[in-house]
Amino acid sequence: MSDFEAIIGLEVHAQLLTETKIFCNCRNIFGSAPNLNTCPVCLGLPGALPVLNRRALEYGIKMGLATNCDIATRSIFARKNYFYPDLPKGYQISQYDQPICSNGWLIIEFEGYQRKIGINRIHLEEDAGKSVHDEQYVAADTSLIDLNRCGTPLIEIVSEPDIRHPGEAVAYLKLLRQILQYLNICDGNMEEGSLRCDANISLRKTGTNTLGTKTELKNMNSFRNVERAIIFEINRQQNILLDGGNVEQATLLWDADLNEARIMRTKEEAHDYRYFPEPDLVPFEVSDVHIADLKASLPELPQNRKSRFQEQYQLPEYDADILTATRELADYFEEVVQELNQPKLVSNWIMGEILRWINENNSDITRFPIQPVHMAELLNLLAQNEINSNAAKKIFQHMLKSEDTPAQLVDRLKLRQVSDEGYIEQIIEQILKDHPAEVAAYRNGKDKLIGFFVGQVMRASKGQANPQILTELLKNKLLQ
Amino acid sequence: MNPKKKKTPVKQSLSETVTAIRKGNLDPVAHVESFLSEIKEHAALNSFVTVCENESLAKAELLSQKIKQGVPTGRLSGTVIAIKDNINLTGYPTTCASRILNSYISPYTATTVKRMQAEDAIIIGKTNMDEFAMGSSTENSVYGPAANPYDTRRVPGGSSGGSAVAVAAGMAQAALGSDTGGSIRQPAAFTGLTGIKPTYGRVSRYGLVAFASSFDQIGPLTHTVADAALLLQVISGYDRHDSTSANVGVPDYLQSLEQEPDALRIGVPGKFFKTGLSKDISDRINELVKKLESDGLTVIDIDLPHAEFGIAAYYILATAEASSNLARYDGIKYGYRAKGAEDLTESYQKTRHEGFGDEVKRRIMLGTYVLSAGYYDAYYRKAQQVRQLIRNDFDAIYRTIDCIVLPTTPTTAFKIGEKLDNPLEMYLSDIYTVLSNLAGNCSMSINCGEDQVNLPIGLQIMADAFQEEKMLRLAYYIEKNLV
Repeated sequence: MSDFEAIIGLEVHAQLLTETKIFCNCRNIFGSAPNLNTCPVCLGLPGALPVLNRRALEYGIKMGLATNCDIATRSIFARKNYFYPDLPKGYQISQYDQPICSNGWLIIEFEGYQRKIGINRIHLEEDAGKSVHDEQYVAADTSLIDLNRCGTPLIEIVSEPDIRHPGEAVAYLKLLRQILQYLNICDGNMEEGSLRCDANISLRKTGTNTLGTKTELKNMNSFRNVERAIIFEINRQQNILLDGGNVEQATLLWDADLNEARIMRTKEEAHDYRYFPEPDLVPFEVSDVHIADLKASLPELPQNRKSRFQEQYQLPEYDADILTATRELADYFEEVVQELNQPKLVSNWIMGEILRWINENNSDITRFPIQPVHMAELLNLLAQNEINSNAAKKIFQHMLKSEDTPAQLVDRLKLRQVSDEGYIEQIIEQILKDHPAEVAAYRNGKDKLIGFFVGQVMRASKGQANPQILTELLKNKLLQ
Repeated sequence: MNPKKKKTPVKQSLSETVTAIRKGNLDPVAHVESFLSEIKEHAALNSFVTVCENESLAKAELLSQKIKQGVPTGRLSGTVIAIKDNINLTGYPTTCASRILNSYISPYTATTVKRMQAEDAIIIGKTNMDEFAMGSSTENSVYGPAANPYDTRRVPGGSSGGSAVAVAAGMAQAALGSDTGGSIRQPAAFTGLTGIKPTYGRVSRYGLVAFASSFDQIGPLTHTVADAALLLQVISGYDRHDSTSANVGVPDYLQSLEQEPDALRIGVPGKFFKTGLSKDISDRINELVKKLESDGLTVIDIDLPHAEFGIAAYYILATAEASSNLARYDGIKYGYRAKGAEDLTESYQKTRHEGFGDEVKRRIMLGTYVLSAGYYDAYYRKAQQVRQLIRNDFDAIYRTIDCIVLPTTPTTAFKIGEKLDNPLEMYLSDIYTVLSNLAGNCSMSINCGEDQVNLPIGLQIMADAFQEEKMLRLAYYIEKNLV
């Protein structure tokens, strides 16, 4: 890559989490029986007309505001005309020369540096249906059409060609997803297709300003595939150029199984979409007051929240990054810290025990069973030396399965830490008496045996002995 | 066939029917039956493509029971109304007179029809038309041409020709048509009826199969201005299912008829009376204008400087929209699908080749061309600019006048087959009517006499957007006093 620089732009489609579809009252849900959530409007039946769902418009504006875009107070829809079986009207209602949002930007971080990525536009459009070939109920050589997805509201977020590296593309895409999730307007699920990404890629000689011919990559349904596909395409174009050839303008489909992109159509086969203003929808207007209200309703965005976590809670960047990955996780952290002002302790437990539970259960923080207030109670017992950290982990495991409070569990499980020196000494003496050989060995310089003694005393105290006091007393006794 | 068969005389106005039925003086079932038998008798006119015999009788029976029980009934109680076959009615075919919609049954009812049904109107059937409303003669129909009851060798006009024939020949009391460039007014003129093209947005388009979305309006075809006013009253008003329907109050059109028209200032575009206009029509309308003037109305000669570009702009914009609106007829989901295609592209091609008639294909190709990359600016954008100039012309004129009076058509009904091989000449039938579709304001045609061979002549009256009252008042005055 020394000779060439990659010029990458992404077109990201996000399905919006509205109750109903963008132009009709059908429910906007995933996973229903085929063609169940349809009506004359989303089926494109003769004579049916679209009516804009204002909520979808508001979601689009929110994304524009969150990505520093200008919001158009007047905007229109356009028809994008092409034939495809899953497109029942023969055109997609989209936006063309007057999108709702334009001229925005985001700053991404990648490998320790920052880059500003321009956002050319964000526009609203409807999703198409799906062709079904590989379900059991589809006969061989047959395609069936499921139009449930028709009319699902989408925003298309079009970046400027400001991305220079496959990793930057992933960082940008992850940031977009994080913002969409913070705004609660898209679930960001790439496997289910609620977040989709196409990439435009061209190469140019390093140090020059002439853009090369670009190709478009489609069908990358994970962050990993986005990265792999872009790397593949950069290499493919580079090999062509190094061989003295010309890159042909084309659209390529990524095949994750074969780890390669194949040309789907070339410039000659490209569609002429014949965009023109959608006559069935009047131009829609959004007042400055409405835009201001939407702006005021925006939550704190992930990058701001991360910086605030570093400053306000004195957390390392690593912790702040993980804790602010989702709005709900960050909320959880702050709710616990509100009860117990021990940010680093809380952070450690979230990044350790809680994320482990989430990963093991393939779940998320919203389904985590322990309320923040109980989590704070548990960690408070630990911070106050009422229990030791092993006991805390035991109690945590019980809390996952029961409604009992940490205080109840401490007593029921007899895990309260004992700091009574007389009691601990008594146990130590008994243990030393029972293990004369080990005592002799320790005194002859086998220091490592301290762990053995600590373990024995701890077990004899049923785990309740304060480990610091125990260790201190034990060392003194062994020196005698 | 008798070439000079007259239309059946009007038996009853809509209001008279409503009154008679409400009073129990007219049995709704017998009333419907009489129209059903007219439909059978006039089958040769090829006016209906679907007759809702059982349902209309059942609805009449239901209404009859309501009356007996003393339940209040609607403003169209028992009136027998036909609808053009591009307007959806649950459970019945909507074919738009096209093979491509062969066997398509609509699962929903258009807003206009719902509104009529809510007023106890009885839908008697669906009428013949030019395929997808593209044409001015009702010859472009998969069902064959409809015939003009004044002279069955002649066309009834189009594209709402079947609706016009149904009313003119007494097979329905009134009908709904759709008007994209003159498709209500021109057949009204050719069959001696009143036809209204309402202001764009006045009437919901929900359930009207789109030809050119920014032009289409549903409107009434009736014997009289009062019937048209009543029907317009019922079908007008905002519809949340149609974003382009206007949230503007609906005045009492019937009441406005009775007001004196003295204060109305009438504009006459003299330039329009020069080229291509038949002498009989020109003479008749000039005569009418003189009468209006002598009756004390203000008559002003006006100019619409960009009107001469109307037809060109119309056929670019309307075909552009049509090329997109008709893309959904691809044989995949419903309607006709050609057999023997090897792959998807061939299936599209064969289906659309076999499913659409020549005129529809011509317009799809024209519309596709004007929207294509490299041609958009020269055609579509330019035509949009012309449309805006024409709107501006009207805006300026309506500051000084209330109504415009002009011919509806350059000729009276022409012979079946006469213009079929000459699309451009056919397009010129719309020369006076497309203007109000381009501008989006309202217009209507009323009968104002006959030519030397006893064919009806239409007088077109236009008014500014949402000024249907003014137009109706003038039409009513002319109908009552001058015709």
